[in-house]
Amino acid sequence: MATLHLINKSPSASDALAACLRVLAEDDAILLIEDGVYAALTGTGTCRTLTGIASALTADVEARGVQERLEPGIDSVDDSVFVELCTRCDRVMSWF
Amino acid sequence: MKFAIIVRTGPLASEGSRSALRFARAVLDNGHSLERVFFHGEGTYNASALTVVPQDEDDLTEAWADLGRQHDLDLVVCVASALKRGVLDDSEAQRYEKGLGNMRPPFAISGLGQLADAALSVDRLVTFGG
Repeated sequence: MATLHLINKSPSASDALAACLRVLAEDDAILLIEDGVYAALTGTGTCRTLTGIASALTADVEARGVQERLEPGIDSVDDSVFVELCTRCDRVMSWF
Repeated sequence: MKFAIIVRTGPLASEGSRSALRFARAVLDNGHSLERVFFHGEGTYNASALTVVPQDEDDLTEAWADLGRQHDLDLVVCVASALKRGVLDDSEAQRYEKGLGNMRPPFAISGLGQLADAALSVDRLVTFGG
């Protein structure tokens, strides 16, 4: 029973991602949207933890001009993949 | 697959409404059905017909209304949230003696029951804003 977790805040502005990581189950996935994509930047404290677990929404990555700075292993995904991720998981949970 | 969306932010305060709109389009473009969009709390500001948006900015109220008309969407505005923010349809405006309503069709006022109903009947409920 996998859950897709949506994070829309930067880890330096909110503890939503930290709280999410504490309860993350093995098959769960994380999608970083809006300011949440800052968690995927290479060199930040969170990016290594998220490798292979999280992806970042392309439109929000490009809106912030950070497409060249994503940690390898964190994919940039478009809106259609966002929908597909929702269908692959059993539920979607937004963290605020 | 059946989807429903909750929008919890207005068109100006954060990106939630814009993110939700993009997601709604992607849901429809990928052949899924969007059973209901529920505008709650600050999200009810999206339904006001009285916002005047500068020409170089996106009018999210118009964009939601266009999408709603094109796909015959159920754009539901939480009554308790909307009334205290001054977003009223004509019948609520009349009931509270406020003159004319300002709700932009096809947004429609309803209650939290519509959210509970959506949560029970759809496959995925996705929340934006906050």
